[in-house]
Amino acid sequence: MARKLLLGNINVPGIHTFDVYRQHGGYRAVEKALKTMTPDAVVEEVKTSGLRGRGGAGFPTGMKWSFLAKPEGRERYLVCNADESEPGTFKDRYLMTHIPHLLIEGMIVSSFALGAKTSYIYVRGEMMPQIRILERAIAEAKNAGFLGKNILGSGYDLELYVQPGGGAYICGEETALIESLEGKRGNPRIKPPFPAISGVWACPTVVNNVETIAAVVPIINDGGEEYAKVGNGRSTGTKLISASGNLNKPGVYEIELGLPVEEFIYSEEYCGGIANGKRLKAVVAGGSSVPILPANLILKTINGQPRLMSYESLSDGGFQTGSMLGSGGFIAFDEDQCIVRNTWNFARFYHHESCGQCSPCREGTGWMEKVLHNLENGHGKMSDIDLLVDVSKKIEGNTICPLGDAAAWPVASAIRHFRDEFEWHITNSKTAMEQNYGLANYADPLPKLEEAIQN
Amino acid sequence: MSDKVKVTIDGITVEVEPGTSILNAARQIGGDIVPPAMCYYSKLEGSGGKCRTCLVKVSKGSEKDPRPMPKLVASCRTGVMDGMEVQNITSPEVIEARKGVVEILLINHPLDCPVCDQAGECHLQDLSFEHGVADTRYEFDRRTFEKIDIGDKIQLHMTRCILCYRCVYVADQITDNRVHGILGRGDASEISTYIEKAIENDFSGNVIDVCPVGALTDKTFRFKNRVWFTKPVDAHRDCPKCKGKVTLWYKGEEVLRVTGRKDQFGEVEDFICNTCRFDTKNTSDWVIEGPRHISHTSVISSNHYEMTLLPVIKENPILMEANKIEFDRATKV
Repeated sequence: MARKLLLGNINVPGIHTFDVYRQHGGYRAVEKALKTMTPDAVVEEVKTSGLRGRGGAGFPTGMKWSFLAKPEGRERYLVCNADESEPGTFKDRYLMTHIPHLLIEGMIVSSFALGAKTSYIYVRGEMMPQIRILERAIAEAKNAGFLGKNILGSGYDLELYVQPGGGAYICGEETALIESLEGKRGNPRIKPPFPAISGVWACPTVVNNVETIAAVVPIINDGGEEYAKVGNGRSTGTKLISASGNLNKPGVYEIELGLPVEEFIYSEEYCGGIANGKRLKAVVAGGSSVPILPANLILKTINGQPRLMSYESLSDGGFQTGSMLGSGGFIAFDEDQCIVRNTWNFARFYHHESCGQCSPCREGTGWMEKVLHNLENGHGKMSDIDLLVDVSKKIEGNTICPLGDAAAWPVASAIRHFRDEFEWHITNSKTAMEQNYGLANYADPLPKLEEAIQN
Repeated sequence: MSDKVKVTIDGITVEVEPGTSILNAARQIGGDIVPPAMCYYSKLEGSGGKCRTCLVKVSKGSEKDPRPMPKLVASCRTGVMDGMEVQNITSPEVIEARKGVVEILLINHPLDCPVCDQAGECHLQDLSFEHGVADTRYEFDRRTFEKIDIGDKIQLHMTRCILCYRCVYVADQITDNRVHGILGRGDASEISTYIEKAIENDFSGNVIDVCPVGALTDKTFRFKNRVWFTKPVDAHRDCPKCKGKVTLWYKGEEVLRVTGRKDQFGEVEDFICNTCRFDTKNTSDWVIEGPRHISHTSVISSNHYEMTLLPVIKENPILMEANKIEFDRATKV
């Protein structure tokens, strides 16, 4: 069994209560940090650990923390981004439901490191049960003296608030989250200035994902160097993967980064293979916004190396033949799934969730959705495929926030890798209504690089 | 040594104050290299960054950090750095992106220019004329909205709106309290008032001036005339509420409408009050300063004080007869 740093105690009955969590070694990190370490030492420890943001972008957390401006006489804030809304990602909800104190503990240590006296957990509005769980956990921690004034006699004060959002995907973007937290319409801000300079109420702010903050706890408990030993290369530590789709055992798994994708899909310890004895057709490796890959490219990189579950290996090959680890929303498609329909579904999601602030995303996402709707329903034209690629290029990189990119990548990558299937939907539009394209050659072994060049 | 920073835009170097945006630096140079701006309005704080027509490529970040910026940036909201090198019309990437933005802005625009009061002074028209392509690849129904009257003088035609947010900033910054804003999100978002409340305050009319398209129009001018048949004249009056510096738009001896004085970038010099705009439409109310200078490339300048007869009309007595009143009026002025 691989090491479990976050979910090790997940099966202990009553772990969601303070007492059980404490008995199993909970809040040791708070004691250690507040009593024996300085805030800067905590930041250093996180830097040593090589922890990277678990929300999707994979930016080194220690570096993000050290960018935080620290002007005299100004409040600083830590905001936990629990607005988990990426299709295919449900790890944060799982963590908050079953082991809320891990997040609270991480929040206390991280707030201490950043010198924040008020911290927020911005939870998506649909997650009402989790909001109640967190509020209860905060009350318990406060009763036990881990929150409030003068925590553990260290002189450090911290108030922790849970803020429900309205349930918009865009509020997972950090500046939109800050706007929403301030009570405004959740439109992303134009950067610069970055939140590290001017965030919540124009004060320096750090926004981190739930899992990132939870990962600070094992880092402080065991030390950054120990944490860095887990994982592979620059992808250190463990990662929660939300496995869904046509798998035998979908669910949330904690994996050591660097686990081969093949092992993750087929081993009994994790997903246990594709359901109903079908064959794997495609995988979206990191939540709906990352490029989709056909079975042959997800299991092996273009150089014939086995593909690993790590930031580097998944993005190996760039956008041509690679993808991204993203937020860890691992969606597997078997041979009976229609990629065109799936792409349309993703495009529909981004169309619905675009905030409407900047024009390429507002108009372009709707356009892509309509074209894909036509394709899926047998009214497509051959020129539509190139049109989609062109529109996605016009959106990508030209928008205020990454939602535009997130909307463009799945469409562009689906066409890049599954063009045959799109064309088949156009040429055989009647058949496409009744049956699916099937596996075709998407799981065939990749041609050797030399042969491919010769051809 | 001055504190000014040097920035090079399309090979032309200019020295500007630190903190100036790339767009404003380009405006100091002037000419073709000024990126178009649909949502940025220099008089409105916080505006800009939304329409993405002013995208430029930063090929050199600054003297200290010469790395280029990875993406195209919105020039209206990106500050200049010393030694920055910017490419606007010299970069094919920028031209391509801008073409895309124009196409995308137009896919839900009704293109009802023939019946739109803004035609002739519409920024979207200029933009698509300069940067767009002649045809569209969009084959779906365009989104439409009902027209709403916000107050008795202003009409909102949301179908034409490009959601630049300028009018929202006007309401935030010029008027006392804001009763309108954005409802909905994505391509369903719309400018609206809360439960169709009327906008009633002395400066609400400025939303008409800042609107780059024909979404907010002056009801006292609606369908009265085409912009290019009217003649702009600068005038002022002693107004207790505003500076009273306006442009009057004449057709014959009649003042058809009153607007703020717009500069070459389509921005008003001073915001004016509703009394000046809607209620004082007699020449006797004003002290005339002289003709308003309009760029010779504008369609408004094509209107001359003497009517030039189109050859086809001159040669056809029936058409001559039919246009008699027009000719008479034109020659009288």
